[in-house]
Amino acid sequence: MQLKKLLQQQREFNRMAIMIDKNTRLITIGITGKQGTFHTKQSEAYGTKVVGGVTPGKGGTVHEGWPVFNTVKEAVKKTQANAAMVFVPPPFAADAILECIEAKLPVIITITEGIPILDMVKVKDALFRNPEVRLIGPNCPGVITPGQCKIGIMPGHIHLPGRIGIISRSGTLTYEAVGQLTARGIGQSTCVGIGGDPVNGTNFIDVLEMFNKDPDTDGVIMIGEIGGSAETDAARWIQKNMKKPVVGFIAGAAAPKGKRMGHAGALISGEDDTAAAKFKVLEECGITVAKSPADLASKLEEAMKAKNITIRN
Amino acid sequence: MNVHEYQAKDLMRKFGIKVLNGAVAKTVDEAVAGATKLGGKVWVVKAQIHAGGRGKAGGVKLAKSLDEVKKYASEILHSTLVTHQTGPEGKKVNTLLIEEGCNIAKEFYLGIVLDRNSSKVTFMASKEGGVEIEEVAHKNPEAIVKVPVEPGAGYQPYIGRILSNALGLDAAQSKEADAFYKGLYKLYVESDCSIAEINPLVLTGDNQMIALDAKLNFDENAMFRHPEIAAYRDLTEESAKEVEASKYGLSYIELDGNIGCLVNGAGLAMATLDIIKLHGGNAANFLDVGGGATKEAVEQAFRIILSDPNVKAILVNIFGGIMKCDIIAEGVIAAAKAVSLKVPLVVRLEGTNVELGKKILNESGLAITAAGDLGDAAKKVVAATKGV
Repeated sequence: MQLKKLLQQQREFNRMAIMIDKNTRLITIGITGKQGTFHTKQSEAYGTKVVGGVTPGKGGTVHEGWPVFNTVKEAVKKTQANAAMVFVPPPFAADAILECIEAKLPVIITITEGIPILDMVKVKDALFRNPEVRLIGPNCPGVITPGQCKIGIMPGHIHLPGRIGIISRSGTLTYEAVGQLTARGIGQSTCVGIGGDPVNGTNFIDVLEMFNKDPDTDGVIMIGEIGGSAETDAARWIQKNMKKPVVGFIAGAAAPKGKRMGHAGALISGEDDTAAAKFKVLEECGITVAKSPADLASKLEEAMKAKNITIRN
Repeated sequence: MNVHEYQAKDLMRKFGIKVLNGAVAKTVDEAVAGATKLGGKVWVVKAQIHAGGRGKAGGVKLAKSLDEVKKYASEILHSTLVTHQTGPEGKKVNTLLIEEGCNIAKEFYLGIVLDRNSSKVTFMASKEGGVEIEEVAHKNPEAIVKVPVEPGAGYQPYIGRILSNALGLDAAQSKEADAFYKGLYKLYVESDCSIAEINPLVLTGDNQMIALDAKLNFDENAMFRHPEIAAYRDLTEESAKEVEASKYGLSYIELDGNIGCLVNGAGLAMATLDIIKLHGGNAANFLDVGGGATKEAVEQAFRIILSDPNVKAILVNIFGGIMKCDIIAEGVIAAAKAVSLKVPLVVRLEGTNVELGKKILNESGLAITAAGDLGDAAKKVVAATKGV
């Protein structure tokens, strides 16, 4: 028993994850704002190494114990930050992301909702030219590697360290998946909210690729929505490349055609991006489909069992 | 955000896109006066509603005399048009556009959208104009040419060459069409459009190009930098409840079922509709209270849900992240008391401050059915509507 515990501790220490882990050094852009302050504190309380923040005009001051800088470049130079959390209001958010890209921050996680889409087109163009930089979001809950690092607005306490990866376009549905897994004692390796906007930094395939390579992820839950083709593209990629079981859910089967359901990206415009069409492609590509959002964890157990993979944390 | 055809055409004029002369009319007298002022022998009377398919529904008429202008204007104004985009309830016509006639030789389609796959502003053009582009895309996708615009470079002449070639325009026509391509692109990026469509773009008998119809849709998130376009918003075209909800930061969409839903997060709200359907029920609405909702916003959400007479039961489904369960609980109680709630209420709380939220609900003395998880919540609320 003692040995088992020691081995568990050892594994805990060496556990890998995708994108963020215990070595991540975080700065918050917009750290002195109400939301920025609150969620930076929450992230720090979870165990994230917060090394400072940026608010133009407040450089040189100290906010809640964190050093504040005028520019991202300066913050990175002085703190050796390797990740940013962006909490800048929508009219200025794209500018802040572009500044983070210029500073070559490898991970930029943007929580802000409501960024003009043509601003994001410019950001996306800059990302194409800076492949070493990864943007998550915007309009997303962030990324968490349970037990190691939380960057975002998700409630940390519902998570459990483990070996199941989660990718989702929706914030609260990600929590739903996590909640179901944790209730069954199944832990998560990393949970990634890619955001609900039509133009975002990272898509399903990017994250699936990382989970596929991560030796400490055994299976994946992928949560999509109506609208666009990101889920069907991901399904085809999974069929060709994915070595680990994937459970898929598409929200919006009951959505009326042509109505915008909260997320700007969730507008059904053609026939091919309905929930029914996406479910069909997922099934054809060998993905275990959860038709009900209440069955995410139970379907994952099924999928793991079908591939003879023991669920362990 | 949608605007009317006449507003879209006003904007197009500013960007050098040729449109017909027209007059906006709110009354029959204004319609006749407008036609008189425009002159000519032929006019088109066009209903101004935020929906396509007006022609087939009788909302666009060719008038060959001022008497006919009067006749059609009286028929169309204040009538309700039902098109494939309005839903069965249709849309009431409050405004007319009277335009001069034009001699059509050929009809094309020209549009700009944002292509989600490439994340680029993209032109679409087709020889098959005057019909719905979705229909063309479905039946004959090769008939549509798509040209992405490189964000750094913007509009370049080669884009026009590809488009004109696809439309089969000769040199003189291509030269004229260039103003439409350039103008529409400039309008799209400078005004934060999400859709800009000219359908049909026509070639007249005397070899002129004209935007006969105009459809512009704008990115609501960018309207803060376009107050002049935001002022085009016509609230009579939108559901009164949806407008009311948006004042409180709530995203509400009325549906035709009988289970009122109050959920946080768009994805979970959609999934809640889905699971209700899976259990044999139907949601009366989609309602996302968002991340930062206050007690007052939750109370308003309740009022809006209950203003729908079809609602037979309510499901509150909250997975608190930013949204704290105790805030929701307080809002639910305040609302239930204020409106003296008479329909069954099923509440499922999870996440941040869940214990506190549950405690507040338990001590409220309200008849609330607590649900353990998402599946349980759906089962219980569907059962409640069936009186089980």
